[in-house]
Amino acid sequence: MEELKNEEKPIITAGAPKGSRPRKTISVGKRYIINTVLVVLFLAIGDMMVGQGIITRYQTSVLEQVGIYIIMAVSLNIATGYLGQLPLGHAGFMSVGGYSCAIFIMRMMPAFGVTMRDFVLGTPAASLLFVIGLVFGGICAAICGVIIGIPALRLKGDYLAIITLGFAEIIRVVMLNIDGVVGFELTGGAKGLTGIPSYTNFLNTFVVVVISLFLIHTMMKSRHGRAILSIRDNEIAAEASGVNTTYYKTLAFVVSAFFAGIGGGLYAGCIGVMAPAKFGFMKSIEILVMVVLGGMGSMLGSVLSATFLTILPEALRAFADYRMVVYAVVLILVMIFRPQGLLGTYDFSLGNVLEKIANREFPWKKSASAEEVE
Amino acid sequence: MANNISRRDLFKASGATALGLGVASLISACGSGSGSDAAISGKTLKVGLMGPYSGDVAQYGLAVRNGAKLYVKQFNKKGGTKSGKKISLVVQDEKGDATEAVNVYQKMVEDNVVGIIGDVTSTPSIAVAQESVNDNMPLVTASATAADFIKYGKNAFRACYTDPYQGKLMADFAKKQGYKTVCTIYNSGGDYEKGVNDAFVKEAKKKGLAVATQESYSQGDVDFKAQLANIIAKKPDAVLSPNYYQDDGKIVTQARELGYKGVFLGADGWANIVGGDEDYASGKDLEGCFYDTSFVSANDDERVQQFIKDYKAEYKSDPTNFCALGYDAAKILLTAVDKVDKAGAKDYEDFKQKVIDTIAKDKIEGVTGTIKFAGTGDPVKSTLIIGFKDGKEYIETTM
Repeated sequence: MEELKNEEKPIITAGAPKGSRPRKTISVGKRYIINTVLVVLFLAIGDMMVGQGIITRYQTSVLEQVGIYIIMAVSLNIATGYLGQLPLGHAGFMSVGGYSCAIFIMRMMPAFGVTMRDFVLGTPAASLLFVIGLVFGGICAAICGVIIGIPALRLKGDYLAIITLGFAEIIRVVMLNIDGVVGFELTGGAKGLTGIPSYTNFLNTFVVVVISLFLIHTMMKSRHGRAILSIRDNEIAAEASGVNTTYYKTLAFVVSAFFAGIGGGLYAGCIGVMAPAKFGFMKSIEILVMVVLGGMGSMLGSVLSATFLTILPEALRAFADYRMVVYAVVLILVMIFRPQGLLGTYDFSLGNVLEKIANREFPWKKSASAEEVE
Repeated sequence: MANNISRRDLFKASGATALGLGVASLISACGSGSGSDAAISGKTLKVGLMGPYSGDVAQYGLAVRNGAKLYVKQFNKKGGTKSGKKISLVVQDEKGDATEAVNVYQKMVEDNVVGIIGDVTSTPSIAVAQESVNDNMPLVTASATAADFIKYGKNAFRACYTDPYQGKLMADFAKKQGYKTVCTIYNSGGDYEKGVNDAFVKEAKKKGLAVATQESYSQGDVDFKAQLANIIAKKPDAVLSPNYYQDDGKIVTQARELGYKGVFLGADGWANIVGGDEDYASGKDLEGCFYDTSFVSANDDERVQQFIKDYKAEYKSDPTNFCALGYDAAKILLTAVDKVDKAGAKDYEDFKQKVIDTIAKDKIEGVTGTIKFAGTGDPVKSTLIIGFKDGKEYIETTM
């Protein structure tokens, strides 16, 4: 699990003021190089360990789910943490992405001349189909995001929560009954979509995770990201300073849906079965819990808590009947003692940490450092 | 301030405890797993048993687990396999979730089990079946009725019959009873309910019965009066309600309240509608209704009565259809394991292959009837049609 922490990219620290005295700095280019090297190293070592059997099949399967939930949590974090809204329909986007990606790949397999076996072997045609399928899944989810986002984002707070909840429920019911409407077997209805080729593995899951994190991070650091953050901090002030709030709210929501769709696509390939019943209200809550536990607005927080909460029930398997109790107790303890989430809005930046070390700014030297901005 | 510090310390302590527990269990999880060929040469043979033991569908998982555990216990009590090996069960909860089921399956493969009894509900079972094909792992489900379960490879078998089979059977029965007009009411969110309903409607139409209306409801509904009013307006001879007993009980009771006097037909989800943990409908309301099942306490077959006695002695409660199917699933797998163990196998892979071959041509005298596999993973077995008379279940006919 050590490597997981290293794959982080430098991320926004919302408005932490820095002293303006001359200090050693690491240029942006160098930061990217350091991070890229670490990420490639992480992927290479991980993939080698999976290949060698040092990470067993069971652990690989759990790790893939960790990757999927990282994407889900980080994508929801765009809407909750950065945009400051409370959508409860993230599982809906996940199922749209999952179904459309899986159906697309299954229907396109003959056209690409790809068999089930090719996905395991990782032939170029299969990889291409995988990429197209995932993007297709993401785009379908994003389209749903536009449809849902435009009316939903006129509302705030609990009203938005209820309306997104309703839309996710609509998506679930559509998945359940669409076969009867279109007249041929598309989603498989209640019995679910079965026979999805297992097109995910450790390597491609985590490559997608890294790309998703990178894209979300760079977007949040850009002009668009700052506009989104300004809406969270004060919508009226943002609008008064010329930020097109409707546009940026919808944008954040759609990007959130897009990556949820990507996560759903990976999920379909990882499990091999999609059933509408699995994408109900509880799935949305599960993802929301990850975001809240990690700290809303902290990408590292989402990554860590998604990892933690996915591994925890599996790691506690030895305690059989008590494991779900422990899971709940952990959540309660965190919320009592750290209501802002494990990391609050703090975000990790390897570049900044290295800079601090280069400047000998250690946390124990100055107790009042910028560690806790609340 | 003091208060603040103590809170922080407590938080740190609880964090450390949680981390310690996690690490400890990770280590314990990593500890096992060695050479796979040792799996068949040791003193015990490992058999996996998976199902939902917590969550929404736990009642089915627990019932199957009770049945399967009872058989394994009896098997070991008799001295295990003919060469004296005992069976040790690797039991894992999957909460009725496909994701967890796949994880559990991978874990069992690492434990080098020689076969798996599971899974219980349809979607997780299909997920496991798809995964297991690559390992050629013998898989015997007690209760996954979805047709797709056996589609992926020759390694998957079931002790129960499929949804379409039951739907077809009840349509045959309806024709035989001379019904002219039938209606259905089913849970559109359940694969089992929808599977039976669709097959019934298809077969009924083929047989020349008029299907006046198909009413559906959503998972979790408790009021069925609107749908039932539509059905009663069509004046059907019989109504098919192929749902689980909790819903069926309410449907029957509410229909009688609305004045419907006709017959209800059900599938094996009806088992336990009366005489189980509680009565879901009164005997008076159920008078003249029929359902199909493979196991019923009223069966005076010697094996069935012996099973009921043993089960009662072990668990102090009455066995249900799922318990009996769990018992039979364990019997199917262990009988084959026993035979292969006696005949000998080259290595672990060969052992699994031979278990699959043996199950495929075996004939098992189970408590849910004589089970034989004719080339597919679907069993060929007799089915009981159960009727209600004077508030009691009786066997109307065997089909």
